[in-house]
Amino acid sequence: MKKNGSGRIQNNGHTSAPLAVQLPKCPTGIQGLDEITGGGLPRGRPTLVCGGAGCGKTLLAAEFLVRGAVQFDEPGVLMAFEETEGELKANVASLGFNLDRLVRRKKIVIDYVHVERSEVQESGEYDLEGLFVRLGHAIDSIGAKRVVLDTLEVLFASLPNEAILRSELRRLFRWLKDKGVTAVITAERGRESLTRHGLEEYVSDCVILLDHRVSDQIATRHLRVVKYRGALHGTNEFPFLIGEEGISVLPITSLALNHQVSTERIATGIPRLDAMLGGRGFFRGSSILLTGTAGTGKTIISANFAQAAGRRGERVLFFSFEESPNQIMRNMHSIGLRLEPQVKKGLLRFHSARPSLCGLEMHLATMFKEIATFKPHVVIVDPITSLMDLGSASEGKGMVTRLIDYLKAGQVTSLFTSLTQGGHALQQSEGGMSSLMDSWLLLQDFEGNGERNRVLYVLKARGMKHSNQVREFLISDHGIDVVDAYIGASGVLTGSARVAQNSLEKAAILAGQQEAARLKREVERKRAAIERQISGLRSDYESESAELRRIADQVGTSTLMLTTERAASGILRQADAKVATRTRVRASSNGKAH
Amino acid sequence: MKTKTEKRPAADAPRQPAKLWQLRLYVTSSTPKSLTAFANLKKFCETHLKGRYRITVIDLMKQPHLAKGDQILAVPTVVRQLPQPMRTIIGNLSDTARLLVGLDLRVAE
Repeated sequence: MKKNGSGRIQNNGHTSAPLAVQLPKCPTGIQGLDEITGGGLPRGRPTLVCGGAGCGKTLLAAEFLVRGAVQFDEPGVLMAFEETEGELKANVASLGFNLDRLVRRKKIVIDYVHVERSEVQESGEYDLEGLFVRLGHAIDSIGAKRVVLDTLEVLFASLPNEAILRSELRRLFRWLKDKGVTAVITAERGRESLTRHGLEEYVSDCVILLDHRVSDQIATRHLRVVKYRGALHGTNEFPFLIGEEGISVLPITSLALNHQVSTERIATGIPRLDAMLGGRGFFRGSSILLTGTAGTGKTIISANFAQAAGRRGERVLFFSFEESPNQIMRNMHSIGLRLEPQVKKGLLRFHSARPSLCGLEMHLATMFKEIATFKPHVVIVDPITSLMDLGSASEGKGMVTRLIDYLKAGQVTSLFTSLTQGGHALQQSEGGMSSLMDSWLLLQDFEGNGERNRVLYVLKARGMKHSNQVREFLISDHGIDVVDAYIGASGVLTGSARVAQNSLEKAAILAGQQEAARLKREVERKRAAIERQISGLRSDYESESAELRRIADQVGTSTLMLTTERAASGILRQADAKVATRTRVRASSNGKAH
Repeated sequence: MKTKTEKRPAADAPRQPAKLWQLRLYVTSSTPKSLTAFANLKKFCETHLKGRYRITVIDLMKQPHLAKGDQILAVPTVVRQLPQPMRTIIGNLSDTARLLVGLDLRVAE
């Protein structure tokens, strides 16, 4: 490992920056490995694969050969130092590789090299030309392009003279390069160095490290490209699996965020929810998180989403980690949702498994395989949290990242439900995952007045104008109904409180209307009364004024008559004016005396 | 190395000095090591096994397919095919003491 400093190009996230000259690569055909190495192993050069016992070194090497022979028409030579031809054939047969047939068809040559130290006596100088001759003969006999040496280090135990061995190994790798074959050399992991006998000293083009670790009783294999001269490569440790179809390196976290994006929107199956999401639902290919405590309706919303996709004729893959497919379908009947027709039409596929069935990586691999074969438009994971509980927080997040990356790369819309443990730490506990999600719906229980009611928020929806309102959602015989929650002076009211509040309001309105009508009638009545009064007064006034006029007339005439009479009597009474005055004085003094 | 069943009868006692020694010498053309090995072996046999040995020289450059049968890695290699059991000595055979041990001849002489 001392020599790897120069010439190595560190991956810094820019994948698109093209190198002036790309090294020719030799595709391994191993799922995921070619993505990490940017196309395969360095062509015409040796690659060192090292790792401890049981890491899968031999299988990786064998798969490299078999896939080369089958997929890329590159025959190969397998020089085995540990296992006999028969053992090897039996071992790789478990991965579905038929070595026997390939050997018969001259696609692969297996040469078992066995040297028993106790049977060999050393006397004087020697070299390993015999090995070269055998290898050269095997290569030439089928025109091999690939060579696997598994495990070369056995020679250190078989041959007494290490100095000769080392110089011969150096020559061997040189010779392999000259032959132009792409070689994979496996080696046992050393305690302090990559390999027990320092083979990395000779093979400096590409080193892949395999590792098998157990944490929390779950064993996971990891692969890391330690170095790769002159090429970009993923430097992370990638989990890998040995499955029924060979090795798959998991998966394929793309080195950069450069997914295609779609502006197409897809409906959720709940019109009001679509309305909350800018009126048209989610973006195609986006990742959606549905968070809620137990019983808030996550699965129901998921099923609605699935059904909506089915109506559009899209394929939906439903990963269920809590319920069996039949149970989900039965339960959805209770809200009038029938998923069976979709299943029958092949538009909906369930994949149910207990989370504890296997490790996180195995689950992920299974999911990838399902996704790859079914090619869904929509993937639902219900709930993602039970998977994440299997590993540590960072592993869980890593898994979700890889899954989302993988789905986004294929423009698959993904809906993840997340079960949270109640309380107010809801949003906090999702902190790790939510940043990966494009949209986040929160389902919550509202407890009060002796009942629990479900409400729904859109916490975030990247790239769309979404509602900031809380909505109550009702689950009834005919599905989900999203209604406005009552928001008023006394806060947010849901359920019967909302209904009660509604009827209270209705009653109040009715009462108000009645009151207004009453007031109106009253006013009317008053007006009529007043008008009656006015007309009475007016008639009074009119009669009085007529009387007045009559009196005035009377007074006028009598005055006139009086004056004329006075004038006449005055004339008559002129003579006795004094008498009249005297009589009046007398009369008044008589009155005083009494 | 019991991979190869020899066609010879099993009655031979290995320590019978009168029996014929069959030796195979694997070499690669006329490299110095190969030539030295042949010379050393010849001299050794003349000294210890005079008249009852046969050396077959196999040039791996000409017959590479033969390397697999006797599990040849190192060159030069001497394989004692007879008497049984089979024995293998690698090197240019310059170390006579080791060659004696390798061919199990200490007791014989």
